[in-house]
Formats: sequence, C-alpha cells, structure tokens
Amino acid sequence: MDDLINDFLAETREMLQALSGAIVAWETDPADRARLDEIFRFVHTVKGNCGFFELPRLRQLSHAAEDALAEVRAGRREADATLVSAVLAVIDRIGELVQALETGEPLASEDDEQLIAAVTGTAAPLLVEAQASPAAPAAKKGMRSIRLSVELLDRMMSGVSDAVLARNELARRLRDAPRDVAVEAAFERLSACIADIREAITRTRMQRIDNLFSALPRMVRDLAADLGKQVQLQVEGGEVELDREMIEMIRDPLTHIIRNAVDHGIEAPVDRASAGKPAAGRLKVSARQSGNQILIEVADDGRGIDADALVRRAVAAGTITGEAAERLSAADSNALIFTPGLSTAGEVTTISGRGVGMDVVRANVERIGGLVEIDSRPGQGVRLCMRVPLTLTIIPALTVSAGGQTFALPRAAIEEILRASGPTVRVERVGDARVATVRDRRVALIDLDDLLGTGPREGENDGRIILLKPGAGATYALRVDAVHDHEELVIKPAAPPVMAAGIYAGTTLADDGRPILLLDPSGIAAQAQLATVEQPADPESPATANEERGQATLLLFKSLDGRLRAAPVGTVERIEDVPAEAIGFSAGRLRARVGERILPLAGCDSPPASGRLRILRLSDGASQLAYAFGDVVDVRKAALDLQPAPQPGEIAGVALIDGQPVELLDVHWLFASHVEAVVSGHGRPAVCAIPADDPWMANMLRPLVESLGYRVVGEGVAADLVIASAEEAPPIAAQGAQLLRIRSSAEADGDNDDSIYRYDRAALVAALRRRRAGGAAHG
Amino acid sequence: MAELLLIVRLAGRRIACPASQVEGLVELEGIVPVPRAAPHVAGLSALRSRVLTVIDANAALGFQAEKDAVAGDAIVVPCDGHHYALRVEAVEDVVEASAPPAPMAAQAGRGWDRVALGMVDVGADLLLLVDLRRFIAGSPALAA
Repeated sequence: MDDLINDFLAETREMLQALSGAIVAWETDPADRARLDEIFRFVHTVKGNCGFFELPRLRQLSHAAEDALAEVRAGRREADATLVSAVLAVIDRIGELVQALETGEPLASEDDEQLIAAVTGTAAPLLVEAQASPAAPAAKKGMRSIRLSVELLDRMMSGVSDAVLARNELARRLRDAPRDVAVEAAFERLSACIADIREAITRTRMQRIDNLFSALPRMVRDLAADLGKQVQLQVEGGEVELDREMIEMIRDPLTHIIRNAVDHGIEAPVDRASAGKPAAGRLKVSARQSGNQILIEVADDGRGIDADALVRRAVAAGTITGEAAERLSAADSNALIFTPGLSTAGEVTTISGRGVGMDVVRANVERIGGLVEIDSRPGQGVRLCMRVPLTLTIIPALTVSAGGQTFALPRAAIEEILRASGPTVRVERVGDARVATVRDRRVALIDLDDLLGTGPREGENDGRIILLKPGAGATYALRVDAVHDHEELVIKPAAPPVMAAGIYAGTTLADDGRPILLLDPSGIAAQAQLATVEQPADPESPATANEERGQATLLLFKSLDGRLRAAPVGTVERIEDVPAEAIGFSAGRLRARVGERILPLAGCDSPPASGRLRILRLSDGASQLAYAFGDVVDVRKAALDLQPAPQPGEIAGVALIDGQPVELLDVHWLFASHVEAVVSGHGRPAVCAIPADDPWMANMLRPLVESLGYRVVGEGVAADLVIASAEEAPPIAAQGAQLLRIRSSAEADGDNDDSIYRYDRAALVAALRRRRAGGAAHG
Repeated sequence: MAELLLIVRLAGRRIACPASQVEGLVELEGIVPVPRAAPHVAGLSALRSRVLTVIDANAALGFQAEKDAVAGDAIVVPCDGHHYALRVEAVEDVVEASAPPAPMAAQAGRGWDRVALGMVDVGADLLLLVDLRRFIAGSPALAA
C-alpha cells in the first residue's frame, strides 16, 4: 500500500512539474482552451487517484477544481482572473500536500475551505499569494526520485557495455594511428566519462536482496505447515544490493536450497526432541558482500547430510570407485550431493529430493559465474553458501591462449598458475589420460589444445598449467600455451549454437576488437569426463604430510610502493575499495571508514588525494584493521623459509616464493600496534556507577571508563565502583563498592582530599585501573 | 501489401528470403573459430563492437562446409536476442514480391526442405523462399 501511495505521489509530482508551463500560459491567457484541458486532466487524474487512498484533503481540493473547470469547459462559466487565481491556488496546495506527504513534514496550511470556496465561486474573491509559483515546493528538500522502467535500465546497461567496447576499439585504432597528444587527452576524458557512467548505471540496476528475501517467511511457513514441522526463520543482510538480473538468476537456486533444508534438513518435532534439540528447527538465511562478490548463506540446524549413504549411492551408481570412496574426505563426500542423480532422501517427496536438483542448483549458480559450497555436520545441520558476482556483465578474467587463439577464463575458478616445466609440476601419461602432480596433489590434466582440437602442441613441457576449481567439483589442471593478462571483461551471453558446445560461458571483445570466448571451467570438466573427486598423491608418504604442515596459504600482493608482500590468507577477512574521502587522520591515527565501521589503517602514511584505495581487511577474530595495498598478485601455498627482519615492525621477514623475494606481513605486530587495547575484565566485567544527570560525566568520563573495561550503569545500581562529584554529598555506596570522587577544581581541598581533578587523565586512568583490579577480585 | 524480399546466392542457389528477417549486410573479416561447436558455426566476428555468430550456410543445410573461409559477405540475422551472420556467396537485390508465396510444388531437396517456406515469383523467376532463422539451428542430420 505504501508503495502505491509513493507511486501516486511521485506521479502527481511529475505531472505538476510537467504542468508548470501550462499553468503559466493559462494565467496569461485564460481563454487558451488547450491549456485549460491540460489542467482539467490533471485535477481529474488526481481526484480519480486519491479515491483509492485515504487522502480526503487532496480529493476535496481536486474535486472542487475539477467541478469549476468542467463548468468553464461547458461554457457555463467564464475563466476570469479570479477563477484562474483560485484554481492555481488549489494546484499549489495540491503540490504542497504532496510534498508534505512525501517528506513527512507537517502539512502546510490547514485551511482548504477558503480555497475551495474561491474555486466554486461561493466566496468573495480571495487574495492569493501571487508569488506561489508551482516550482517552488518541488525545489524544497525532500526525496527526489523518478520512476523508470526496468527495460529502460537494461537498455542503458547494454548501451554502456557497448560504449565500453566501442571505446576499446577506438583505443586500438588510436594506438595504430600517429600519436596526437590532443586527441589522446580527449580520449582519456571520454574513457573516464564512460567509466563513470558505467559505474552509475551499474548502481541503478542494483536492487536490495530484500526483494528476494521478503518472500521467504511465507514460503518457509507454508512448507513447514505442509510437512508438519516447526521452523524458525532468521533472515539477515536484506540491505545487501546486487544486480537486478542477478537477483532473478539466484531466485530459483535459493528457493531450491531452502526447500531442501526444510524438507530434508530439519527434522520433525518428535525427532528433534529425541535428539535433544528444540522442537522448532532454525533456518538462517543471510547475505553479505565480500569484495565484488555476494555471499548468500543458508544454514539449518537439522540432521545434516548422510555422507555415508551418499558415498554408498555414488559407488552403486558408478560415479566413483569403492577404493576412491574409502579415501574421500568428509568435505568431498558432502560435495557428492552435487552429483547428478544421487539422492539420500529415503523417498522423494513432493517438495524436493535432496540431491535431486542440487546438481541443477550448482549448474545454475556456476552459469552466472558463482560457486556453491557446502558444509555439513551430522546431527547439527548444513550450511550452504552461494558466492555470486555483483553483476553478470563484467567479470574479472584471465586471458590465455591455445592453438593460436585467445580465450578467457573466469578468475573466480582459478586456484593457481604454474609453469608447466617448473619444478613443482610433474605431468605423466597414464593410459590415455594425463595426470599432473602439483606438490602433493594429483589432478587430471586437460590439454586445452587437445580439447579444442586445434592441433597438437610442440614439445611436452612448454606452456602454463592452470589449476581450476569448478565450484564443488574436483580441481583439475588445464594446460594452455600462454597466459596473457588479468582483465575486467564485459561478458555477453553467447548465441545458443555456441553455448551448445558445452565449454563456453559467454563472449567478449578484446582490446584489438576480436571476439574472445569465455571458457566455462565446469563445462570443460564435464566435456572431458573428469572424475568428480580429487585424489591425494600419496597419502601414506610421511614426507608429504610434513611438507604440508610447513606450508602456509598466502595472499600475495603488491604494496602501495610496489613491493611484493604476502599475508596469511586466514587473516584476510576481505578485500575492499575505499573512496579517498573515507580515509583521514582522526584521533591521532590514520583511519578508514569501511561500511559501518571505522578501522585503523596501516600500509600507507597519508590519505590518498583522490580516487579509491584498495584495502585488505585483516581480522584477528575480535578486531579488524585495514591495510592499504596496490594489487592482488596471487594466492599461493608455499613452504616458507623466512629470513626474519632485524627489528620488529610491519614486516616479519622475507622469503623466496618462486624465486622472488616476498615480504611477509607481521600481522601480530600490526594488531599489537594499531588496534586500541581492549581491556577485558577477568570473568564478569567490573561495573561502574556514574551519575546519569551530570553531562560531563556522561559525555566525557563515561567513554574513558568504558575503554578501561568497565560496564557503566546509572547511580543507585549495585556496582564495583561508584563515581561521584566531589562537590556533592557522597552517595551511599553499596556494600563492597569503592568510591572515586572527582572534583572540578584543579586545587585539592586540603590534605585529606582524595578526589581527583577531572582533567588529570593520568591519575584518573591509574585510579580506574587500580580499582578495576580490586573490583574484579571481588567479583 | 507486397513483402520485400532479399535475393541472395548461397550454397550454389539463388534464393529469396524475407527482408524483414535481415538487419543488414556485412563484409566479414577475421573470423574467430569456435572449437567444438557444431559444423555450421563458422566462428565469431565483431561488428561495431558487437559479437556476431557466423553461420556457414552450406553446413547448416547439411552440405560440406566452406573450407577455411576467413572473409566474405554475410547477412546479419537477429534471432532471439542474438545476432548471426549468415555467410552468402552474393547478395543480388531487394525486390518486392509480385505475388504472395505459394506452397512448394515439388520437394525442395535434401537440406533445403527444412529451411523452405515456399516458392515465390520474383519478376520473371520462381525462387525458393527460405526462413533464415532455420539456418541457425543447424542441420539435425549432422548434429546427430
């Protein structure tokens, strides 16, 4: 209903704006029939529309104006200056009312009767403020919005994508043409404009994921009722925004996952009771943004996946061999749920059959460049996580070549890039298959040349090997002739006959104007008929196990000054772009505003003048800090032979990775020196009572007290420490509570005065610390 | 209301197609092959920052595909939101049909049957009228 009213108000406001010209024209020439008709249509529409809503004032006003104008149109009344003024006054009032309704401001003048009387000609001519121009109310503050059709937005988006491609083509032609500084400058400006427009339009297409989530409570309720189950649904992150088209693409997979969770995950109340769980199952659906991806998580507290049954079925169906099944890790067993045709549901219900359709869910999510991950704990529940890109149209990609042709690979699926002839890779021919052993892993190798049938390559060892992880499937190695570039590519869907090949996800245009095919990592695995399960190279080998232990997974990046650095992946919460204006010196150090939080910023000495800064959001589990950097280079697993830095600092030391010196961040040092010490009381926090009616205490003292680990309560509540003003009578302290008196004059009042001057910070902190230790000992 | 017809030469025949199905003519250059696609998909080409899927008319009819053709004339056929370039040997003319198309009086022949809409009188000639969009799906015989 609110939406409808908002639509109506927006529409009325638009009509008023469009009408302003007609009103002025009619005022100068009341005999102008066309203008009269236009104004009549306006009041008529407003009257008709407010009939649907409880808007009596608007209805009365428009009704009166409509009647009067109808009389004029019928020739029964003269459009004299009095009438014109009266009608214009009514229209102005309509504008004011609309404005007031939209912004929630108090309504303008309450007196409509006079205006109506003037219009109907039953009152003496009224002096209407001549300056009340209809444009004035619209110019006041308030939400300014217009309505656009989604189709138009889609056209704009495809238009701007074309503009990007046209720009790229122009760039190519400029490179071939003789250099002209003026032309290049103009081109740079054009490029910047297009980039801005692209960003703006991308944002217009963003929609809150609420649009998708709002239907969930009803769906879960109905499902639970059908199945005789009780489900408590918790939805979080509805404010996360993503591309409208993307929302549509994840609607079905999400619905399917939730149906599965309610149908097969959450047990019937009786079973839950016997498992010692509350009768109502809990289902949590949440969304959050992580870099340029959106994570949508569905977690239930049901029975979890019966991994054993899944493996038995997989063996029975011939998907994996019994021997391979023995060696499956728990995660790999759970991932079997994405295998087509496997279901652990004893009987397939009308709602869903877990397993049946999960392969479809994965396929659908991967088609849009996303991933599905599953984590199940028997008896405790299942957590399914969908990672999808923010938009469908622009994805980070790696360009590679094979058989003399360039292809693109979605960056999201790439685990690692290796030199085929490097020391870490061994390629062997096993029967007709090829197997690559990369450190401790043994994965199937697909030669892109062979797959594409573009002709045999020369030599065995040249080229690069890319480890690809297609969603929940097994990692495999793809050999290509060369790896070229990381690029953000504007991806368009490929035509059906091209998609039918099964190994492509879309097309794009290279800077040189030639079309490039985007490869689909899952499709390639399916076409090559790879086993879905990865095998460890030699599980018995103790050497391998030791090696594994010494390895760390590192995020390699370029610092702002261009040095190659690394941070343990586990400490990196996410990567974000922060606008320059969100960075500044405050409270003595450089800080960045990231979303709702303000984080200490390391990695740079001064805020950037403009543009955006990329940051690593590092987390130690409790606090976070931002670390500015330049570019992500890679994610690598590496055994580190660290040469420690001579003195403690940002860099723990330097190690060689692939023959290149890499500085390893000392994350501990960063946290120790950048994050404000959070003092936590042992056991329960000490409680401090502060007079609530003293503004200085509430505003200035309280934060200090809290920063030292106290929980602050009002006076009269049991507390470990009671703070009082020295100028007032001491309050009656509770048993065991200590008293701290604070005076406002710097001078102590005699020798027995144990109060502390309010700005003697050192003494205050010392006293609070001392008493907190004492207070905690009591508690 | 006479229909506008485009007269082209493809797969060795002179045929007519509804001009309404054709967005334009293009001279293809630099076709990027699409490995593993059906034989009638000759590759991709760029037209004004747009990707065209190039269809080989011979292969679409189930005949032998043209060998190593990297350039040549094509007509641009939009279909279901995608743009295709159907390779033709020559584009002859755009004419107004002198009469509505008639059903085929004889079998159009292997391959042609699937794309034929009927026969149409164009000036002095009787030509096969084809549905260009049926070229895009390719030849079922080859796909099987």
